[in-house]
Formats: sequence, structure tokens, C-alpha cells
Amino acid sequence: MHGLTPILSTVTASFLASFVEVVEAFTIVLAVGVTRSWRPALTGAALALAVLAALVLIFGPLLALVPITVLQFVVGVLLILFGMRWLRKAILRSVGVIALHDEEQAFSKETAALQRQANDRRADYLAALASFKAVLLEGVEVVFIVIAVGAAHGQTLYASLGALAAFILVMLIGLAVHKPLARVPENSLKFVVGLMLTSFGVFWTGEGIGAEWPGADLALLGIFAIIAVASFAIVRWLRSAYPATAEGVAR
Amino acid sequence: MNMVRLVVKELVGMFVDDGNLALLALILIAVIAAAVKLIALPPLAGGCLLLVGCLAILVESARRAARGARR
Repeated sequence: MHGLTPILSTVTASFLASFVEVVEAFTIVLAVGVTRSWRPALTGAALALAVLAALVLIFGPLLALVPITVLQFVVGVLLILFGMRWLRKAILRSVGVIALHDEEQAFSKETAALQRQANDRRADYLAALASFKAVLLEGVEVVFIVIAVGAAHGQTLYASLGALAAFILVMLIGLAVHKPLARVPENSLKFVVGLMLTSFGVFWTGEGIGAEWPGADLALLGIFAIIAVASFAIVRWLRSAYPATAEGVAR
Repeated sequence: MNMVRLVVKELVGMFVDDGNLALLALILIAVIAAAVKLIALPPLAGGCLLLVGCLAILVESARRAARGARR
């Protein structure tokens, strides 16, 4: 499976999903850097990246030992769960049931927490810890996404490049604007990523149980189109059946 | 220890938000996989059922959440 369709979809899914996660981690690291100082912010982030690299180096080679059909099935199932969670959340945000994620708000919340700890003797340690946690937790999701969209068809390199491009882009934009990336259309990105990951999940779980999809890799686009049409129909239906009465609950 | 717990919680949270959605999806996959292996359901039919089933589960989960929020 090394046609253009799977490569493009792998890189795109990995790039968009990683972009969302890196933006969230960037907000916290920026809050730590601006409120406390850049030393604990960057130390925490670097330590978290080292832990993530160690996880990949330890567990990555183990994947090669798993038979490909088993790997496709397991990764497919995990992607269905992961993708449908994102898709459900994006749908509920689109109809106003859940509040949209707000980077400015996340930044203010983290800044306020850090200011409360400013007189603590361990303030630097706590600031580094906040940065470490943010990068580690968002990074774990990036690692999963890269492995999940890449490993089942030997495209981990392409998936990694997508994630790396997202990381570099967020850093460049972040360095340029030096504030939370609040204008990133996070829910739209999550909607598209949810669609893509769910499509990958259905495609690979299907292959894992032995399905030979018509059109081979091109079936991925068909599955994506069906899930996209259904999801937009769900949004329209929910908007008319349950009209918004509030701003939505933040989650 | 807190960090380990946090990472485990985050890992579980990556896949499970609405418990019903996750459980129904797992049941759907298990039933389809069993049908393909045990009663010779054509794998492609299994794949198509998986697609339709996932969409049905998504509709139900979103509808339940929207209805709950509007009460």
C-alpha cells in the first residue's frame, strides 16, 4: 500500500491531528514562559519530549513483531474509538452542546494558576512540571496518532513527517505572534481529523477481518465521504431537533 | 505515582469519552468479527456493517448528549 492516496491521507491526518495537540501544549508552555520564565518552561518541555522519545524507542520496535493483520485490527479498533470520540465532540461543539475550546481561556487559567504559585519556594519546579505535563500528555496523543495512522501499513515515516511539520509550523507561528494561537479553527480541524481517523479505523478493522475493499486504497476516500456526509447530516438534524439554548458546557 | 496515574487516565481518556459509545463500538466490532469467523459472513459485508454500525452509534450518542443538554 504505497499509492499516493494512503500517503497523502496518512500525512494529512497526522499533520492536522498533531497540529491541534501541539497548539494546546504550546499554550501551556507559553503561559509558563511568559508568567514565570522560559527556563522552567523549556526544561519541562524538553524533558517531556525526551520521555516521549524514549517511549517510542522502547515500544516502536515491538510493533514489528506483531503480525500485520493483528496490527491492522488492533490499530483499527483503537482508531475507531479515538476518531469517533473526536468526531462526537466536534459534532456536539458544532451544535452548541459543548463549548468551543478556547486557547485564550486556557492561557488565562494557566497564567492565573502560576501567579498563585509565584511566592512558593518550588515555583520554578511547579512551572516546569506544568510545562512537562502539558507536553507529555498532548505528546502521548501525537505519538499514538503517528503510530496508529502509520504503523498498520508501514507508513510511520510519513506520519512522523506530518507530525514534525505540524510541530515546526506551530513553533514558527508561535514565535512570530508570541501569544496563544486562539484563531486556529480548532473545532473544524477536530471535525476533519475525527472524520479521517474514523475512516482509517473502519478501513483497517475491515482489512483486519479480511475485507478486500472495492478500489483497494481508494475505498478510504469513499468511507471518508460517507462518514463526512453522515456527520454533517447529524449536525443539521441536531440543530433543528435540539435548538441551542445556551453557550454550551465547557469540556 | 501521580504522573503515572495521570498518563494512564489520559490514555484511557483518549479512547473513552462517552462510555456507551466506546462499549457499543467494541460490541459491534466483536459481533462482526465473530460473525466473519464463525458463521462465514463475507468480510466485505462485515466491513460495510461496521461502517453503518459506527454511524448508528455516533448518531445515538450525539442525540443522547444533545437531548441531555437541552433538558
